[in-house]
Amino acid sequence: MAQYAILLFDTAGAGDYTPEQQQASQRHAEDLIESGVLSSAYALDSVETATSVRGDAVTDGPFIDAKEVVAGFYVVEAPDLDAALELAKRNPAVQWGRGGIEVRPVVGSLPPSTR
Amino acid sequence: MTDADDVARAVADAHRREWAFVLAATVRVAQDFDLAEECVQEAYAAALSAWRRDGVPAKPAAWLTTTAKRRAMDAIRRERTLRSKLPLLIELEGREGQEDQEAREGQQHHQDQADPEATVPDERLRLIFTCCHPALAQEAQLALTLRLVCGLSTPDTARMLLVSESTMAARITRAKKKISAARIPFRVPRAAELPDRLGAVLGVVHLLFTAGHTAPSGPDLLRTELTDRALFLARTLRDLMPDEPEVRGLLALFLVTDTRRATRTDADGRLLRLEEQDRSQWDGEALAEAHELIVAGLRGGRAGRYLLQAAIASLYAQAPTYEETDWSQLVVLYDRLLAVWPSPTVALNRTVPLSMAQGPEKAFDAVAELEKDDRLARYPYLPAIKADLWRRLGRDAEATKAYRQALELTDNEAERAFLAGRAGETGPPVR
Repeated sequence: MAQYAILLFDTAGAGDYTPEQQQASQRHAEDLIESGVLSSAYALDSVETATSVRGDAVTDGPFIDAKEVVAGFYVVEAPDLDAALELAKRNPAVQWGRGGIEVRPVVGSLPPSTR
Repeated sequence: MTDADDVARAVADAHRREWAFVLAATVRVAQDFDLAEECVQEAYAAALSAWRRDGVPAKPAAWLTTTAKRRAMDAIRRERTLRSKLPLLIELEGREGQEDQEAREGQQHHQDQADPEATVPDERLRLIFTCCHPALAQEAQLALTLRLVCGLSTPDTARMLLVSESTMAARITRAKKKISAARIPFRVPRAAELPDRLGAVLGVVHLLFTAGHTAPSGPDLLRTELTDRALFLARTLRDLMPDEPEVRGLLALFLVTDTRRATRTDADGRLLRLEEQDRSQWDGEALAEAHELIVAGLRGGRAGRYLLQAAIASLYAQAPTYEETDWSQLVVLYDRLLAVWPSPTVALNRTVPLSMAQGPEKAFDAVAELEKDDRLARYPYLPAIKADLWRRLGRDAEATKAYRQALELTDNEAERAFLAGRAGETGPPVR
């Protein structure tokens, strides 16, 4: 098995989900936990709270100025990319038409995850 | 002992015909393109001495596949042993490697069981569908398939895709790296996934046919092993997805184009233009099959690029003589094709029926417009078409210059001879 990071991109208003959307997200997270594929997951606060550091300079805002920002990320276990993509596509946020998802293989982690 | 020449010939033959099959089968075991390619290369090298000693086997492809697969498994085992003997910096990683290997072998076993007699078309299709995984950029999909499935050299691939050799090599390396790093699996996608990948697969098979129809370089105009392989793949795809109009279109396009194969050159291998070709030699049966596919496809609704290209080719072929071709209808079809596939080469081809329907002057305006497109800067057919227009207008000096420009851009000997001949007719002989 390999690990894949699934990065959830959304428009800057990420987090302003309707109660139905929040429930759908919650259910999806529980599904992943139940099926034992989720290694770890983090939801991030809104992009207004982001601070960037570039060299010596500290600035307000996200590192990359884009319409979409990283709203959260989680790590799943999957045998190959197709399986990881299947998991990613099941994220209800994909259907909301505001952002999207990026899947990247994980090449290392610290501390070594115990499996 | 078998004669060295016979063995060399048998190996060369197996290389031409079976490379893709052996590679596809080996990749499933190796799960890595570079390792698989290396093992296949070694298997061919080993065949030279083994077949001299033991004779050429009855099924060379099977021999080569077994040898290459065994080498791949040895390499994987060696790597595993090496890893387990290294001082374990991170103990877990070593163990993970082994679990991985076991999981992989389990999967492999499962695949073999599900597909006990993996046939040649399935192996090749599997490799093509892997190369055309949507996680790879389309340019990478094309590059990989042409290089790995079709055995085209990197320079030929580069020339076909109108990029430099180093760009092409970099694309291939990047694509291979992603396949291995992201673990893009080697399997034929499920039915539901096919439409996503079909466009890329059709594109690749089409380019393969094109490469065989007019070889990018070398002494012969045709490379029939490439056109035959493309035709075979198109038929296999049609059996797999009989109702896809674009699959029908692609097969029809190949059938119409291939029926002219024998009439495109004369006895001495000299290029014959469409107007000089002996239409009685064209295979009526293949043309009828194509026609049926086109009609059925057009009935299915909005026509895509292959169906329209097939309709164009079929219209050319249906005319009793070149002069009686329905030029205006061709311009209409080209306009529809440009709407679904705005390609500079299509726009250039459109200028040919345009010049017949509305005169060379009108075509000149269109060609002049296309000369601004950088993508055609090194495309030999642009000056060749221009030369022909000048020639028809009696402007010999300009025609000669354009023929010479085209000559500089083509590396195909049959085309060079034709262009040199034409340049010699309108100007001083070209040596």
